[in-house]
Amino acid sequence: MSTLNAPAAPAYATAVDTRNYLKASYGPVSWLLTLDHKRIGVMYLVGISVMFLLGGIFALLVRTTLLFANNAEAVDPLITAELYNRFFTLHGAIMVFIVIIPGIPAALGNFVLPIMLGAKDVAFPRVNLLSFYMWMLGTALALASLFFGAVDTGWTFYTPYSTSENSPSGMILVVTGAFILGFSSVFTGLNFIVTIHQLRRPGQTWFRLPLFLWAIYSTAVIQILATPVLGITLLLLIVEKTMKMGFFNPAYGGDPVLFQHFFWFYSHPAVYIMILPAMGVMSEIISVFSRKHIFGYRFIAWSSVAIALFGFIVWGHHMFTSGQSALMNTIFSALTFSVAVPSAIKVFNWLATMYKGSIALQTPMLYALWFIWIFGIGGLTGLFLGTLATDIHLHDTYFVVAHFHYVMAGTIFVLFGAIHYWWPKMFGRMYDERQGAIASILLFIGFNLTFLPQFVMGSQGMPRRYYSYDEVYQVYHVLSSVGSYVMAAGLLVMGYCLFTSLKRGAKAPDNPWGSNSLEWHTTSPPPLENFNGTPVADDPYDYHNLEWDPQIQGFRSKKPMVTSG
Amino acid sequence: MSRAFTTLAQFDGTFMMPKQGSTVSASVDSLFYFIFVICAVFFALIVGLMVWFMVVYRRTPQRMDPTSNVTHNTRLELLWSVFPSLLLVLMFVWGFRVFVDMRVPPEDAYVINVNAQQWSWAFTYPNGTETEDLTVPAGVPIKLVMQSADVLHSLYIPNFRVKQDVVPGRYTMVWFEAPEPTPENKPHRLFCTEYCGKDHSNMNRNVIVLPKEDFPEWLENADPLIGMTPEHYQEYVADPQAFITAHPEYVGLMPPAVMGERLYTKKGCVSCHTVDGKANTGPTFQGIWGRTEELADGSSVKVDENYVRESILNPGAKLVKGYGNVMTPYQGRIKDREIDMLIAYLRTLASK
Ligand code: HEM
Ligand SMILES: [Cu+2]
Repeated sequence: MSTLNAPAAPAYATAVDTRNYLKASYGPVSWLLTLDHKRIGVMYLVGISVMFLLGGIFALLVRTTLLFANNAEAVDPLITAELYNRFFTLHGAIMVFIVIIPGIPAALGNFVLPIMLGAKDVAFPRVNLLSFYMWMLGTALALASLFFGAVDTGWTFYTPYSTSENSPSGMILVVTGAFILGFSSVFTGLNFIVTIHQLRRPGQTWFRLPLFLWAIYSTAVIQILATPVLGITLLLLIVEKTMKMGFFNPAYGGDPVLFQHFFWFYSHPAVYIMILPAMGVMSEIISVFSRKHIFGYRFIAWSSVAIALFGFIVWGHHMFTSGQSALMNTIFSALTFSVAVPSAIKVFNWLATMYKGSIALQTPMLYALWFIWIFGIGGLTGLFLGTLATDIHLHDTYFVVAHFHYVMAGTIFVLFGAIHYWWPKMFGRMYDERQGAIASILLFIGFNLTFLPQFVMGSQGMPRRYYSYDEVYQVYHVLSSVGSYVMAAGLLVMGYCLFTSLKRGAKAPDNPWGSNSLEWHTTSPPPLENFNGTPVADDPYDYHNLEWDPQIQGFRSKKPMVTSG
Repeated sequence: MSRAFTTLAQFDGTFMMPKQGSTVSASVDSLFYFIFVICAVFFALIVGLMVWFMVVYRRTPQRMDPTSNVTHNTRLELLWSVFPSLLLVLMFVWGFRVFVDMRVPPEDAYVINVNAQQWSWAFTYPNGTETEDLTVPAGVPIKLVMQSADVLHSLYIPNFRVKQDVVPGRYTMVWFEAPEPTPENKPHRLFCTEYCGKDHSNMNRNVIVLPKEDFPEWLENADPLIGMTPEHYQEYVADPQAFITAHPEYVGLMPPAVMGERLYTKKGCVSCHTVDGKANTGPTFQGIWGRTEELADGSSVKVDENYVRESILNPGAKLVKGYGNVMTPYQGRIKDREIDMLIAYLRTLASK
């Protein structure tokens, strides 16, 4: 384990194992007990993908139910109201707590963060492995609840419904699972913060960090500060449910609105845990595929920090109709607009980066461009919700559902982009560019078809979490469901493209896209200890040193970035 | 399904907003469309630039390198931070002002009490009348004082643009004024928008706006049992048919079993108890009268007046085997006369 006392002199000079990390050892045990951040990252990626599929299946079940308006009147429906309520709960809980929150940081952050720093591993590799197993355990518990009276509270677990006597006993499992997932998240965050502080290459100043690391760093700060609040809240929930001690349930002398405050005190910052890493990846991809220095590095870096901090003081905007006082509503509405500014800054900076660039429309860039569109809509519709008078009308309708899917699925789009971007580095193979592009286009079309109609039906009054609904909304629901099937098709193509590349893909060059950040200056895939030599830190967004070499189908550094010895 | 497609235009509001039914609807809509226009302009700007750059600055073998290498421009960046902020301030202030109008009821508002429970609404008027649909006079400010018997609910009337959570353990309040009476077949819709369990999506009713002058008469006749003297009530129970014929002034009065059947729906029994023998959240009412129920504690009980009364007011006291203690007690939310009517109805469901 790297130590904190000697950050400046990691042992690059000693002889290193030059085999790539995939081939350094074999067998399941070599993976399950690995301390290598790259393997842990890959295991996260596999786990998160599997859970994403499961969450997606629940979503398709929900959308299929909603093809029909009067489900409640149907005789013996295949999917009953009880089942439907469980489906949307599981969909939400899986996607939020198990997929998106760990998604980019734990899977891709783990893989690239130490390499971007020129380090051999994260600061605490054992803690890193532990946090992976916490993720596994939390996930397993949450899924086990399926067999013990599946939870139907929605991912928000609002009291008193969630703690009333008849709430399913699966609640305890799900909530314990979320509690443990929280620990996993805190451990990862701590690890990343310490790593960024202690294991940077000499000469790699804060303002020479790739912006992805600023984003991961800000995310980690939120993870560490906000997650414990969720932990305590979930613990209180379990205590209330099992011992009938009154915190949130008025039947035992508690206050249900208090729960909402606690919950959103975590869950609003959590939406930035989800989006900030995506914004970080965006800054990498946009700059690399425009072959142009990122525009306004400092504004982007500080806006990550600003978002992280402002994110803590706006939680009450989820509670404008909860019975919270008018004064509180007013304050929270005003504060909410403060987060909108740094988000807008980033979008303008990405566009300015593209201006007069040399733009290559390869798959990662396509996903990045889709993100600008998707996040544009997601962020702008946030304004309707931050404004008091309009939110009263829109709250808890499909408008909100559409809003948060636009932002959160924005993150998923960037996650996909990031997977394609780092795929050659992770597995040493190129995927098929055409298949990748087709999948991304299908996903983009399907996504918009699914969620644009939801804005309209929502503002027309369609409430969320409805199993049956008035017939006037059916057109929109049908469009939306069709969109979800298109997305499913896109996912299949993407899965096919990536899987087949592992066997049939062309061998990846070290630097296929022409990035100057350190992970592209080592082999694809990287050796066990990341570099066969000592990496030299430089401005990660300066591309003058790189030129296209058709022979290797990749970029070559004119001046070497890794010195031997 | 084809019916649904022809109803596309049926919102009879505007593209993004439903019909305007209250005095605040128009101001909410103006604000909504103001934000909409700003968003549309920004979105067009962002996507426009994006597409333009994609096309014009596309990488080709001839054009491998960028044609500019600016890395920042502090003035420009400050400009695009500050200018949108000004628009945001405007949005906030406007939103706040309309919100104040929505939030502060006029002093003289007409008060209706609202009881929400899983999964029904009950609206109680000053004279004690209780209804399941909300009926209000046009042009009069209405204040709803709301409470919940169990979990969170939320009262939402899209056409009025109002929404307020109903929270157990405290009162919440919402007010509105509907200027226009609703046409016969086109009431406003009222939804529960805070997820409240299995039948959340069935917790929706209509809002009927009557001309101001018709409202008092409606209210007087809405519940024939209200204001019936004890003597009249005795006569009615003793021989309903004769009493109804003799007293046409009790508009809408029907035999107890019929009144009870209506209460079965209105009070929300229907969401957990079937009358066709199927098991649901609670035991079926088919053949319930005189049946012997096996209880969770191993004893048993014959279904009679006292058992029914106790099961309504304090359902947990005697739990039928195989069912959870999930029914919300009706203590304080049902009148004795209503229990009488329900009993009369259950009698008609006696086992054959
Ligand atoms: C410009 C920035 C944003 C603004 C002004 C904004 C504003 C809001 C507001 C006011 C609400 C509450 C709406 C309601 O329930 O009535 C809301 C809901 C939500 N937002 Fe945002 N938002 C923004 C960006 C984001 C981002 C970046 C994410 C996540 C990646 C996000 C995720 C969510 C989620 C998950 C909910 C609702 C959760 C639920 O009720 O289940 N938002 N947003
Ligand atoms: Cu929020």
